[in-house]
Amino acid sequence: MLEQHLAALPIILPLIAAPIALILGRSVLSWGFATLVSGLAFLLSWQLLSAALSEGVISYAVGGWAPPWGIELRVDAANAFVLLAVTAISTLVLVYSKHSIEKEVKATNHTLFYTAHLLCLAGLSGILITGDAFNLFVFLEISSLATYTLVSLASDRRCLTAAFRYLVMGTIGATFILIGVGLLYMKTGTLNMLDLAERIDLYDSSRTINTGLAFIMVGVSIKLALFPLHMWLPPAYTHAPSAVSAFLASTATKVAVYVMIRFIFTVFGIDHVFVDMGMGIILMVLAVVAIFKCSYMATVQSNVKTVLAYSSVAQIGYMILGLSLVSVSGLMASMIHIFNHALMKGALFMAVGAVFYRVGSVEIKDFAGLGRKMPLTMAAFTIAGLSIIGVPLTVGFVSKWYLVSAALEQDQWLVAAFVLVGSLFAVMYIGRVIEAAYFQKLPESRSSEDIKEVSWLMLVPMWVLVIANIYFGIDTSLTTEAANSASEWLFQTNNMLENKVMEGEVLEGHAIEEKAQEVSS
Amino acid sequence: MSFILDYYNYWIVVFLMMAGFYIVISANNLVKKIVGLNIFQTSVFMLYISMGKVTGGTAPIVAEGVTQYSNPLPHVLILTAIVVGVATTAVGLALVVRIKRAYGTVEENEFDNKDDVI
Repeated sequence: MLEQHLAALPIILPLIAAPIALILGRSVLSWGFATLVSGLAFLLSWQLLSAALSEGVISYAVGGWAPPWGIELRVDAANAFVLLAVTAISTLVLVYSKHSIEKEVKATNHTLFYTAHLLCLAGLSGILITGDAFNLFVFLEISSLATYTLVSLASDRRCLTAAFRYLVMGTIGATFILIGVGLLYMKTGTLNMLDLAERIDLYDSSRTINTGLAFIMVGVSIKLALFPLHMWLPPAYTHAPSAVSAFLASTATKVAVYVMIRFIFTVFGIDHVFVDMGMGIILMVLAVVAIFKCSYMATVQSNVKTVLAYSSVAQIGYMILGLSLVSVSGLMASMIHIFNHALMKGALFMAVGAVFYRVGSVEIKDFAGLGRKMPLTMAAFTIAGLSIIGVPLTVGFVSKWYLVSAALEQDQWLVAAFVLVGSLFAVMYIGRVIEAAYFQKLPESRSSEDIKEVSWLMLVPMWVLVIANIYFGIDTSLTTEAANSASEWLFQTNNMLENKVMEGEVLEGHAIEEKAQEVSS
Repeated sequence: MSFILDYYNYWIVVFLMMAGFYIVISANNLVKKIVGLNIFQTSVFMLYISMGKVTGGTAPIVAEGVTQYSNPLPHVLILTAIVVGVATTAVGLALVVRIKRAYGTVEENEFDNKDDVI
């Protein structure tokens, strides 16, 4: 029973749990419930990943309607891997959020927070697992609407304008995806991704398909905050409650990157996107500009959450750079970085949230002297910061290593150099915070205030992520194995589909020749 | 000329899409932005619904003597998309209400701090 419906459960469970969390009414109850549900979703996705790694693909027909007519859920190594990261971060953030939310969200809104968080989790799992292009749009909107609500729950009024800006941009992005899917449906008559992939190859040079590709790429780029379309992200992450920033920064944009990977590699096919349409060079240029511009922007901000938000946009640049290299190792670097960046940014935003909990501000000048007062929090910030920079023995190094070696594999020396210079910027923006925390004295006005370490409920999830940062930096077998099989799987299906179409054409060719012979004889 | 007439549904879609998009970008008033967003989304509904029409086909209800039906699937899809659109509008308007309470205005050029401009 459970085995049979395993693929659907990570979506269904949080979706059903969300209204129950609202009905529970009391903050503590719905916190416990939401954490439990998210933990269960994590265990389920662990099961799914091990099943996907051993069996290959798990296909689940929703409501018993066989694909391509019904909606299909498809779990393979690629999305099970991202799903594991998303549910893990969600669980840790929920554990962390109890105290953080008490400080940053009005008491009457606590249950709403947990409800919206569960809805967002359900939407993100849905985006990852679904094998249907239209269904993907629906889940994208479920998660996005929950996200707008989450951002607007902070007590600072600026969160409202940030959420509104996010809503306008996000809706335009989602509508672009809807237009793109509509154009694909118009030409192919199907919405199932594998079905789409087979039929798109038949109409490679169709203008409708190419317009659809353009719309989907722009729409997804807004959702994942690719460089010129990232303007919604810094205010949203800055003014959202810290727990929300930690959750969104490490999951929402990552899932959007996955959507881009899925559309490029599964639906449209590498040859169509990179060879015929020349998307590779566009993505590469935008990624490099994102790394530079946003890393630079991060170094000149005064609010630490804004610093981390700009740093997130720059890190997304690394992921897009990896996939724009169009090789198994480049895609693998992207997949690893999706996982690793979730670990680093989660830990960093949690540490900053802990500082906000005690100090009430996240300006860099307010970090002065915190190294002594909050040693564990600042140590967590430092280690996660080193990971962003890419120091050996942390996960950041692993990501950069694979990215640089993927670039060097194709003799892209310039790209490799850009990646390394991006790290230098990271040294600057993380260094400014660490310098304030450890090498500046606590201001006189502060010394009388009671600033001490936060409670273990906030420290444990933070340190779990920090230890994961170090553990996966030393023992890379799990991440590289999963990412490698995920990217090989994506390339393999791509080649398989193309071969199938080639054979089809050959057969047709034979048939025509035979007919011609019949006619002549 | 026939190029314009044959594809008149697309011209309507393109016009609505651009009009809505322009309102979203140019309007100062946040409610107008939401209205623009709605027009923008409506154009996509039109795109889907008009693509479901099959020339000579009737409404997709099984009836005797009818062999050709219009495609009902885009209509079903767009029902879902309309629900999504309504939900987005509701969240957007709720945000506008809270912005009005917090800032005292829904005109974005009247916000005190220029950083808050949307």
